[in-house]
Amino acid sequence: MELAIFVLLAGTALGSAILVVFHRNPVSSTMSLVVTLVATAGLFLMLGSPFLAALQILLYTGAILVLFLFVIMLLNVRRERTIHSRAPGLTWGAAICSAIFAGATMRLFWAAYATAPTPPLDAEAFSLRAVARELFSTYLLPFEIIGLLLLVAVVAASWIAKRPGPGEPGEVP
Amino acid sequence: MTPSVLATAALMGVWLFTLINVTPIMLWLERRAPAFMQDRLGPNRLGPLGLFQAIADVLKFIFKEDVNPAGADRTLFLLAPTIGFVASLLTYLVIPFGPVVEIGGHSFPLVVIDSDNGMLMFLALASLSVYGLVLAGYSSNNKWSLMGGIRASAQMISYELALALSVLAALIPAGSLNLTRVVEHQVGHTLLGAIPAWGVFVQPLGFLVFLVAAFAETNRLPFDLPEAESELVAGYHTEYGGLRMALFYMGEYQSMAILSALASTLYFGGWTIPFVDITSVGAWIAGLPGVGDLIGTGLATALVGFTVLMVKTYAFLFFFIWVRWTFPRFRYDQLMRLGWKVLLPLALVNFIAIAALAVAGKV
Amino acid sequence: MSVPILWYLLLAGALFAIGAFGALTRRSGIAVFLSIELMLNAANLTLVAYSRLLGDRTGQMLVFFALAVAAAEAAVGLALFIGIYRLRRTIDVGRMNLMRW
Repeated sequence: MELAIFVLLAGTALGSAILVVFHRNPVSSTMSLVVTLVATAGLFLMLGSPFLAALQILLYTGAILVLFLFVIMLLNVRRERTIHSRAPGLTWGAAICSAIFAGATMRLFWAAYATAPTPPLDAEAFSLRAVARELFSTYLLPFEIIGLLLLVAVVAASWIAKRPGPGEPGEVP
Repeated sequence: MTPSVLATAALMGVWLFTLINVTPIMLWLERRAPAFMQDRLGPNRLGPLGLFQAIADVLKFIFKEDVNPAGADRTLFLLAPTIGFVASLLTYLVIPFGPVVEIGGHSFPLVVIDSDNGMLMFLALASLSVYGLVLAGYSSNNKWSLMGGIRASAQMISYELALALSVLAALIPAGSLNLTRVVEHQVGHTLLGAIPAWGVFVQPLGFLVFLVAAFAETNRLPFDLPEAESELVAGYHTEYGGLRMALFYMGEYQSMAILSALASTLYFGGWTIPFVDITSVGAWIAGLPGVGDLIGTGLATALVGFTVLMVKTYAFLFFFIWVRWTFPRFRYDQLMRLGWKVLLPLALVNFIAIAALAVAGKV
Repeated sequence: MSVPILWYLLLAGALFAIGAFGALTRRSGIAVFLSIELMLNAANLTLVAYSRLLGDRTGQMLVFFALAVAAAEAAVGLALFIGIYRLRRTIDVGRMNLMRW
């Protein structure tokens, strides 16, 4: 049963990942990425971290990708004629390099973990309470820094994206 | 089929039946209630009190033409109402409507997913409904739809923050993300010894923020500029007709119902009646002559709890309708200013206050 | 029968490779960005898989921070796209050649 669910989620994730790369319409690419991320959230759930699964859906698909869609619509990004760069041999070169990379990592993983059993899930150690306790004690400083980082990102993004005033180089008024 | 699987299926069936039926009931209520508020009668031709108006509406939806706008991305155009409908159906899974009951010798809680991460899942799944609006606006290949779609989705994600913060503050007294614990906490404690510790009494500011954010989340007046008839033709669902439009309508009513049920659970005690033990009411009903052989105590308790929750939910839904026909619409910049500059700081203040009270042991 | 952790790791490797291919090949800036998000997602999956394998919560903590950083990066990156579009009227990465030889 668990195997069937894994195959379903993994197949969905892989299929829509390929669609992300091969769709010519940017909105379709974004929606395929949504599907991939939701499938990955399901895999997080299977790996015993519902907190991260919920966060992935809430943050990544619920906010970041919506931002992507907004920018795509704002800039009116068109459907491309072909998806490949015009640099000669880039497509095949990239494909071969990605395949070599994937093969190498998979070989490494296989060598190390082929026979490793999945340890039983320690529900108490991975519960929300334990994660929260650790977040606010051991990782308190990174937590606060992340808050600061997000503030800086918000200010920076609003500043960079704001409409240019009179006299500044920018879009046609 | 193990009893727990059967129980889960039965619970899901009950909830889905309720949610699907919200739309016809609301279609009727939405016509008659404002009619009386406006000193007129409303539709009263079809059936007693005009109750079959919903059937007429459904028939009308089924027979309308399936519009195929030129230049529209057909896949996304078809996908958008589906997302709008399904996303609002994912969130009922964590709302409880009763305590742990015993039916047929097995005891199980009256919630589909009894998880300690329930509220987090709710917020996550509720955030998926933005895509219905955005894709509808984009794929219609229509300026008004695009503008309506962008406005609607920007409004939704802006008010999601205030909603999430007010919900988090409502969870602090109970100390758990499990909605069953939240309801049990509201029953088990009293304020000043007399009033039940309902969320609305403990944090009225949080309740107010939640209410306003819920109105904005469901694109209901006074926040319905994105679908306002006089402003943007019909906003993001301009190009939709017939059953696809019905799917959008149903999605909107379903998310209204779910948010109403959530408001009842977080702030008004959920399935409980103050100072009355639901299980004893169930036992009393099961003890009535003639009823006892049909249903046992467990089932009776479940029915009572469900009825109480539905009464509170429909009270909120009536409030939604009441507000709709009372207030004028917010302009879009007023709407965004309200969300970011008023509601978000209020929600933060409420959250900090409740957290401080909790640390001080007062809550 | 439980799913072996190896499969999660292999899946993450495949996702990363697909994302890398997209990031190297696509012309549209938005598509490159989407592929980068795909790679980030694959890395997160690897971290969570290791967290489960070793029974250590550190992996999940790292994913939490990676998610937050990804959000900040997406916001700033998309703002940059808007800025570039205003100046160059295109987000075609082949045209971003101010610093080329």
